[in-house]
Amino acid sequence: MLSPKQTLDTYFLEARRDLLEVAALLDRYDESVSREGHNAKDESKLESLREAMQLLANPDHTKSNRAEQLLTHFAKIN
Amino acid sequence: MQIIQPHYHAIARTAQDYERMSMSGVVAVCEPAFWAGFDRRHPETFIDYFAQISEFEPTRAAEFGIRHFCWVAVNPKEAENVELTNEVLKQMPEFLDKPNCLGVGETGLHKSTPNEIAALEAHVEMAMKHDQLVLIHTPHLSDKAHGTKTVLEVLSGMDVNPDKIWIDHVEEETIEWVLDAGYWAGMTLYPVTKCSPRRAVDILEKYPTERLLVNSSADWGPSDPFTLQECIVEYRRRGHAVQEAVEIFHNNPCRFLGQNPKWDIKPIRITEE
Repeated sequence: MLSPKQTLDTYFLEARRDLLEVAALLDRYDESVSREGHNAKDESKLESLREAMQLLANPDHTKSNRAEQLLTHFAKIN
Repeated sequence: MQIIQPHYHAIARTAQDYERMSMSGVVAVCEPAFWAGFDRRHPETFIDYFAQISEFEPTRAAEFGIRHFCWVAVNPKEAENVELTNEVLKQMPEFLDKPNCLGVGETGLHKSTPNEIAALEAHVEMAMKHDQLVLIHTPHLSDKAHGTKTVLEVLSGMDVNPDKIWIDHVEEETIEWVLDAGYWAGMTLYPVTKCSPRRAVDILEKYPTERLLVNSSADWGPSDPFTLQECIVEYRRRGHAVQEAVEIFHNNPCRFLGQNPKWDIKPIRITEE
């Protein structure tokens, strides 16, 4: 099992990469809206991502079950 | 589709990589001199390394129908060793004359120390004196923005031709500075630590592409030579035509590298029936 320091040191760069991909997706969406002059008719996937990020940003997770919560959250999206 | 790998550290990769690259359309790789993962102690070690990438590696690539070109320099990490750097610099012109050597690189900055900056200036001066192309490495991760700014400041104080200078490893926060200053900008696609194929396509869609180069990652660390093909697939998936892809992934390298007459691969145009 990894120590707290090892956990951060081992996975920080991969998490950084994954967050950059999410940031790039949001930028890509904004660019497409700007290019085409309208939003997607159904923005529920975008809203779902924003809600997921809010869930992650909440420091108060006593059960350490963020992944489980996200899976439940994303299950609402078809 | 014919593809050029503008930045490829072949000595750290396998023959199987060459074979698979050949099968996927790669026609040429360009190998800048880089850090071996440890600091070399002797100038002679560099000289042997330069011989390896200018004499031996082209024969290995040729077995798979791939052209191999190289660049020579003391990389920024080892440029901290002033004595070693000066000794290697003295012997570099011999290698600039090699038939597959395209210029001076990769020089640049790692931690932007005074010794690194002095070495960068010496490399660029040598390149300009010998009418060579220059490939400049910019730092990784948290040092990137500061290092890129410093590279641009150093170059702005020198008598250089921006057409002949390629500043590498740009990402979203640095690309505009490099393009605005008139240099060529390269994106390097790593599995984790630098730009990704998707983000690179975002950049290709956002900025003028005339001075953009796209590299895979190919070294001794976690890297993947096929991130370039992944980027091409992503580019095509977004609806860009084959010729647009050819312009970026084949013709742009030809235009930049073709400023050196040793580079004899010409831009191509796909004809449609």
